[in-house]
Amino acid sequence: MTNNVVQGQRTEALSWLRRLFSSSGAGGHRRWVDYAFLAAFFLLLLLAASMSDVFFTQRNLTNLLRQIVTNGLISLGMLVVILTGGIDLSVGPVVAFSAIVVSGMVERQGLPLPVAIVIALCVGVLAGLFNGFMISRFKLQPFIVTLATLGAIRGLVYVYSETPITPQDPSFRTIFSAQILGPFTLSVLIMLVAFLIGQFFLSRTAAGRAIVAIGGNEEAVRLAGIDTRAHVLLAYVISGLCAAIAGVLLASRLGIAQPSVGAGFELDAIAACVIGGAILGGGGGTVLGTFGGVVTLGLIDNLLNLFNVQSYYQQIFKGLIILVAVLARRKE
Amino acid sequence: MAEDTDFLVMRGIRKSFDSTQALKGVNFSARRGEVHAIVGENGAGKSTLMKILAGALRRDAGAILLDGQPAVLRSPFSAHQLGIRAVYQEFSLVRHLSITENILLGQMPRGRLRGLVDWKRAHQLAEEKLADIGFTGLDVRALVSSLSVSHQQMVEIAKAAVTKPRIWILDEPSAVLSQEELKRLFDLIRKLKSESSLILYISHRLDEVFKIADRITVLKDGELIGTVRPEETDENQLIKMMVGRTLGEFYPKRLNRPGDEVLSVHGLTRQGSFSEVSFCVRSGEIVGLFGLVGSGRTQVARCIFGADRVSGGEIHLDGQRISTRSPRDAVRAGIALVTEDRKRDGLVMHCSIRDNVSLAILQQLSRGGVLDTHRRDTLVQAQVRELSVHPDDIRRLARQLSGGNQQKVVLAKWLLAQAHVLILDEPTRGVDVATKVEIYRIISALAERGAAILIISSELPEILGMSDRAIVMREGRLAGEFETALASEESLLACAAGVMQ
Repeated sequence: MTNNVVQGQRTEALSWLRRLFSSSGAGGHRRWVDYAFLAAFFLLLLLAASMSDVFFTQRNLTNLLRQIVTNGLISLGMLVVILTGGIDLSVGPVVAFSAIVVSGMVERQGLPLPVAIVIALCVGVLAGLFNGFMISRFKLQPFIVTLATLGAIRGLVYVYSETPITPQDPSFRTIFSAQILGPFTLSVLIMLVAFLIGQFFLSRTAAGRAIVAIGGNEEAVRLAGIDTRAHVLLAYVISGLCAAIAGVLLASRLGIAQPSVGAGFELDAIAACVIGGAILGGGGGTVLGTFGGVVTLGLIDNLLNLFNVQSYYQQIFKGLIILVAVLARRKE
Repeated sequence: MAEDTDFLVMRGIRKSFDSTQALKGVNFSARRGEVHAIVGENGAGKSTLMKILAGALRRDAGAILLDGQPAVLRSPFSAHQLGIRAVYQEFSLVRHLSITENILLGQMPRGRLRGLVDWKRAHQLAEEKLADIGFTGLDVRALVSSLSVSHQQMVEIAKAAVTKPRIWILDEPSAVLSQEELKRLFDLIRKLKSESSLILYISHRLDEVFKIADRITVLKDGELIGTVRPEETDENQLIKMMVGRTLGEFYPKRLNRPGDEVLSVHGLTRQGSFSEVSFCVRSGEIVGLFGLVGSGRTQVARCIFGADRVSGGEIHLDGQRISTRSPRDAVRAGIALVTEDRKRDGLVMHCSIRDNVSLAILQQLSRGGVLDTHRRDTLVQAQVRELSVHPDDIRRLARQLSGGNQQKVVLAKWLLAQAHVLILDEPTRGVDVATKVEIYRIISALAERGAAILIISSELPEILGMSDRAIVMREGRLAGEFETALASEESLLACAAGVMQ
């Protein structure tokens, strides 16, 4: 009973947030599953709080938030691509490339950190430009193109450095980990700001609205006089940029850039989007929902860690969550 | 009037789509060993009736008897089992498989080892099937995708022939054939007839119908007008039966005072669809473009709008030559295209009314890429109210609206974009009667405000009722031009079908 009341209050408290996000993505009217997901989410939080006394410590919350930064940024970019009806499988290697380039530029070339970061982000933009160009110009299938670049970019990463790079400059590790506000580190704030920008972009800019529409009916958008190619290209550039930002923050958090890092990241990002209600192939998906998906996945990881569940079981559990999510959103 | 000899009896067949009644209680019967042609205007209900017989559509009411027995037609498969096969204009072939595999789909001969295909026998069988329908000289190992359209049709027929159907439904079989191929098709039809099959032949080409049919049934507006023998009638009389109706107060009265030439095309050509098309539309004028399916009318519209590329000819706007290499160019020049299938390429169904209506003016609504959402909502709301879209909540998704309101949303999009040349392709398809009248009013009002309007329609009353002038296309070319005040439905249809009066 009390649980229900608390849940009710929390959902109500979130209603102003919902209004803020009212025209996000493609969704217009919310369905009962959206509320069911919110309810399940808070149930999970309550469960966590009641079963583990560590969960609500600042240390654990900081940890949880820092861990979702990577998947959060990648998922945001992935959402934009999915909204156009595409998919970006190459985000994992882009994370690795950006991580290794930023570390390498600092450590080997001795460049100042800001310059190194800009170069790393350019790498991500270039990857996105390439994906987007191949897909929009030649009408190739996004799955195939990004599958090809998934392999190719990983190869490039190893060409750049076969061994991990560990920047010695202590500021490389500390800069993004500085706690600015309670449990929020700079990296977490960057992710949150990215989500706000994403929300603004998709709901309040001409390009964002066009991208949302393209995934529903590309031909109708083209016949409305909109350059659909340019917008598809833009979506992949955004995805590449987001993955590159994630790469820089990841390298900083770990203090080391492994060329092998990022394997399977694309799957976690797709999972977050899908849990958040995105429809593969276009025609649905919201920023808020994706954020919920990211936090849910992060929360599950965190809880299973707290309870010392082996990582294999975590994988099984995550797989089940994804299936439940798509089953619940299945159209009758 | 079911006789004892009638093999197929369809009684009181009714079918509605949304709010439109496609069939209003049709009684149709046919015998074995006859070629029975079914004719009528587009939308008369021919295809719907045939699809019900073929199990592709379910009837709302009515009975179907085969040989006096009630026929259960739940799916195309159950129709196949009763010996009913349909060959549609769109083929049901698997393009990346060989001719053999397509003809024997689902019943490939097995080899000595179960599960293995006996390819030698399969190819042999496929060749036999093709020879059965008088078709030789094709490599049955070839992929279907490598065949010409007419050859594909032969494969389609051979595939249907495998099950030895008692009733054949041929939907516009001649549309893709040359004269030589047509002769071969007619030979085949006569052969099937001699084997006492019933052949239901749907065609727009009346001359063919007179050549091959034993009886002709005319449908109009979902009702059966009559069944005649070709020797008792002629083409003009048949056209009268197909059209025969009066124009009511359906179409708004309008002052007709055309101004300067706004849109004109000269010798417009697109390889494979149409050639040497020239016409003009003046300010304040509504021009109707009529043609049968496959006449190239939609392609002309798409090319003017830049949705497809032209291979020759010129487009002039307000006296200046323009080149519309993409829809973007056209929209910038003030041209709008309302496409014939709004679900396919007119609306983004999962987006809201305001997203759809503002789609063509996103750039004008934004500064530095950032949308002025307040201005967008005000403009869209005003436009939606003006056209009385129901419901007028602009956050509603397009897919939640009725067909008529969806069409109004499409119109609202182009009104907001202030297009002064409007090309409307089948603007009232799938729209209920009340909304139809509203849409006609909107179009008339636009013309009175000086827009140049081109209406493409396969509904003759719409062409005659709405337009000042009508141009007719046949097989990719201009076939005639009429002052609609002086023209009749008969004369337009005869022109479109290539019949001399």
